[in-house]
This record gives sequence, structure tokens and C-alpha cells, in this order.
Amino acid sequence: MDKKQKETLLGPVFRRNPITLQVLGICSALAVTTKLETAIVMCFALGFVLIGSNFFISVLRNRIPPSVRIIVQLTVIATLVIIADQILKAYLYGISKQLSVFVGLIITNCIVMGRAEGYAMQNPPLSSIIDGLGNALGYSVILIAVAFFRELLGSGKLLGFTLLEPVTQGGWYYPNGLMVLAPGAFFLIGAFIWIQRTISPELQEED
Amino acid sequence: MEHYISLFLKAIFVENMALAFFLGMCSFLAVSRKVETAIGLGMAVVFVLGTTAPINYLINNFLLKEGALTWVSPSFETVDLSFLGFISFIAVIAAMVQIVEMVIDKYSSSLYNTLGVFLPLIAVNCAILGGSLFMVQREYNFAESAVYGLGAGIGFALAIIALAALREKMKYSHVVPALRGLGITFILTGLMAMGFMLFSGIQL
Repeated sequence: MDKKQKETLLGPVFRRNPITLQVLGICSALAVTTKLETAIVMCFALGFVLIGSNFFISVLRNRIPPSVRIIVQLTVIATLVIIADQILKAYLYGISKQLSVFVGLIITNCIVMGRAEGYAMQNPPLSSIIDGLGNALGYSVILIAVAFFRELLGSGKLLGFTLLEPVTQGGWYYPNGLMVLAPGAFFLIGAFIWIQRTISPELQEED
Repeated sequence: MEHYISLFLKAIFVENMALAFFLGMCSFLAVSRKVETAIGLGMAVVFVLGTTAPINYLINNFLLKEGALTWVSPSFETVDLSFLGFISFIAVIAAMVQIVEMVIDKYSSSLYNTLGVFLPLIAVNCAILGGSLFMVQREYNFAESAVYGLGAGIGFALAIIALAALREKMKYSHVVPALRGLGITFILTGLMAMGFMLFSGIQL
């Protein structure tokens, strides 16, 4: 793997992270992160769709007329999402119920559209796959980190196992209810952005 | 009637698309720098969401659901096309967005220029598709889905306009460099979401 491919793969994980820097795909990042388990399943579903759509659109890129490209991209993405949704319903029915509409909403996840439009339309299939994988990893890192803190602090559990015994079950830990609710997710992502931009100040915005 | 008012208010405040379900976050954060553009986007979302939810209701109930095709021929009773839901909903949404774009382009070119790239992006705004998917999941009837779509759109518009107003004021405050821009916006949104949580439990 040469240097350029490595940058394509690892760039989105930190320096060009889709969530904290490109502001893409935030909807699902916040909604499915109350539990680690759903977040991990969501990462795999998104990774599958993102890599698949990048590959197919890259293969088709010279055949897609520019005027109808959005429709073509949406068709490719929607087809992949339907496949992912049917697989989840068949093998992981419980989790698919918890994810509710958010699997379907991968169609409108801006990461998938953004990468298809911004990368796969100009680049050959192999590097498009690598770019898809890189962005899926960048998305997963944030998603899993948010879910880790929300589940641990919000209900004292990780992947369903109790780590911090909550007072309601005779333990010592007072669960932080805010973490399970919507505002907790916003504050956590805000905090991640803060940490990331303190580590690398060149990412800061002039506002 | 009361049932519809209750559903309407619930869609606006309690189950706010942006602040409770995190839907439409991309445009929510990107287009909320100025109140003027936020109002434009809000109006467009109200219109598209208010029309696509009932249209998608009709599509779901007369074409896709199991047994929905019996009006064509009784032999289609067992046909279940609901797996085609995503793709047909998104097609309806893309078409509606195209119409809105043409209308705005004709009647208000200044608004058209300010909304710029974000107008086509309404097609991939999760709030719109989310509205249709929630409508299917909660088994609303036709009138309910129209009321729900409208309420959800107004809720989104309200949230984005409020956030834009806050961000305009934030320009004058001294924010830690690392939090400037996106970071502080997330924290503001979190505070707004906390505010909107006060509405939870309201029953009519």
C-alpha cells in the first residue's frame, strides 16, 4: 500500500473526520448511541453501505450522465440500504427493532452521499473502496466513543453487562440520566470536538 | 379534533425532529449561521415534509403494504412490496424537492441564491425521510400523517431559526478557540434540547 492510499485510509479517522470536521452523518451518530451494541451494529451497516456505494458508483462513474447523477447515486445507495436492512431483520431482529428507522435513514446519511459525490465520482474503484473504509472507520470511532460514555455513565452498563452497580439495584452508582437523553449526546460530541481541536490547533475555525 | 391538535403539538415540541431525534442535523448545523437563510430552509422543510408524508402514506397503503394491491386485482392479496419502501419514499421526496426548487427559483431569486447548495440537499435531509418512516412505523392514517408531517416540519423550522438567532448573538462572545464554530454549536444545541425537554409529558 503506497503513501497516498494510506492517507486515504487513515486521513478520515482523525484529521478529516467525517463527523467532527466535515459535519456529515451526525443524525444517526447521535440517535443510535444510547447503547454500545446498537452503535456497533450501526457502524457495520454504514460501513457496508458506504464501501458498497463507493465501489459501485466508482465503477459506473464514466457511464453516469452528470444531470441525473443524484438520482443514480440515491438508487445505488437505497438498494444497498434495503439489503442491509433485510439482513438485519433476518439475523438480528431485536437490534433491528431498536435501530428502528435509523437503518433506513442511512440512505440520507450525508457521509454516503458526500463520499459518492466528492470522491467516488472522480476516482478508480480500488481507492474508492479504501476511501469508503477510511470514512466508515472515522465514523465508527466517534460513534463507539460516544456510545461508550453514554451507556457507561447513563446506565452503568457496557454491552449489557453491569459495570457500575446503580443504586436502584442496591449498588453505589447514581446513573446520569442526562446521558441517555438527547442533550447528553450533543454535549459529548461538543466535548470531543473540543479535545480534538485542542490537540491539533490548526483545525480550529475562525468564527 | 383534539386528537389532531395533540398530535400536532407533540410533533412540534415534544418529538422535535432536530432536538429529540437528531434528524436533519447536517443542514441544521450548516445552514444556521444566519437567521434569514434559516427561515428560508425552515419554510422549504415545512413544505416538503408536509406534502411528502401524506403522499408517501398513499404510496405505502395503496402500492406497497401487504395486501395493498388488492384494488388492482384480488389475486394480489399476498403481494408484499414493503421492502421497496425506502426507494419509493426517497423518489417521492426527490421529486418534491425538485418542484420546490423550481418554485423558489421562479419567485424569489434572492432566496434561491442564499439557499444555494442546500436546497438539493433537502432531498437527503434525514428529517424528511424520517418523517415518512415514522409515519409508516406508527401506523398513522391519512389525516394523521398530514398533520404529523406539517407539525414535524414546523418543529424543525422553529429549532433551526432559534439556533440561527443564538449563533448570531454568539458572534459577540469570547469563545475558547478550540470550541469556536462547530464545537460551541453542538453545546448550544444541547442546551436547546434540554429546553425542549421541558415540553415532554404535555398532554391535551
